[in-house]
Amino acid sequence: MIYIILFLEFFKIGLFSVGGGLATLPFLKELIDKYGWISQDELLNMIAISESTPGPIGINTATYVGYQVSGVLGGIIAVAGIVAPALLIIIVIAHYFDKFYERPLVKGAFYGVRPAVTGLIASVAFGLGRAQLFNPGFTGLAFFNIKAILLFLLLFFLIYRYKKHPIVYIVTAAIIGVIFKF
Amino acid sequence: MQEIWQLFWMFFRIGSFTFGGGYAMLPILQRELAEEKKWLSPEELIDFYAIGQSTPGIIAVNTATLVGYKRKGIAGAIFATAGMVAPSLIIISLIASVFQRFQEYALVQHAFAGIQIAVIALILDTVIKMGKTGIRDYTGLVIFILAFLLLSFLGISPIIVIVSSALVGILMQNRQKNRMTETNYSTDGDNK
Repeated sequence: MIYIILFLEFFKIGLFSVGGGLATLPFLKELIDKYGWISQDELLNMIAISESTPGPIGINTATYVGYQVSGVLGGIIAVAGIVAPALLIIIVIAHYFDKFYERPLVKGAFYGVRPAVTGLIASVAFGLGRAQLFNPGFTGLAFFNIKAILLFLLLFFLIYRYKKHPIVYIVTAAIIGVIFKF
Repeated sequence: MQEIWQLFWMFFRIGSFTFGGGYAMLPILQRELAEEKKWLSPEELIDFYAIGQSTPGIIAVNTATLVGYKRKGIAGAIFATAGMVAPSLIIISLIASVFQRFQEYALVQHAFAGIQIAVIALILDTVIKMGKTGIRDYTGLVIFILAFLLLSFLGISPIIVIVSSALVGILMQNRQKNRMTETNYSTDGDNK
């Protein structure tokens, strides 16, 4: 039963996530909120692992969630679910439509979808950031997680300025986390 | 049959060595598919990549599926796709199986507490990059803000947001096109 749920949920993600990279993130967030398969901290750990290991991020995260739900088979089923819609759609497109991405309908849809996906990912970042950088329920200075905010600003500055591979920042943050006991 | 396995192994190799998927993969595909194997022309590859980006799902996987399909039909598509995802399945399953145990150590907890903050900064950077290329006018900006607000404060499902933004995009482009054809007909050309 759990395998069917896993397959269908990831099939849905594969069908509606457009734009690559972190496009699956809003769906994953919704999924774990719904089923409680992994925690919010684990979600962030999982993204870090997915960005620091080979392979597409969307596939890495699907494997991770599937594995947490029910081991190796769970991982395989989640990945099968996420790739199935594209497999079907692409076979149809490759067969029937030439240069389909130049069609006005497809271009129009993407004109709308790109900003929307960006907004959805921004929203997830906002939610996760609120949980990590602030202490909801506290007032005054205690509301701010000063140490975390400082690290965030430092890292964001470095990322924005130097544009190195994510692993560089992940390792830097790990070292700072250990030294300053985050 | 031999070419089907070649497809599998080629994408298995690509899946094992590209970090981050999508964009990192294109130069490798270029070298392997267009230059060495000559399975595709560079133009075809760019074409496939564009299709991979404009279909739902993971761009790297979509591109693999397409290449596989063009070479060896449905079996080729399945084997190329399987090759592309197999390294992730192996590597992430291994990591996930040991990670739980490591998580108990204080050292690992401190490290990942730092890493979690890095991930948020990385996501924010991705948002900025995506915004720069994806949001091209006020309509785009409005869609961006609405999508943000709908998910953040009303908890509207991302699926609904995606589908309705696609419809809005199609409607808006049709309107712009109509306006452009209208201005083309007017001869004095006072359009800006």
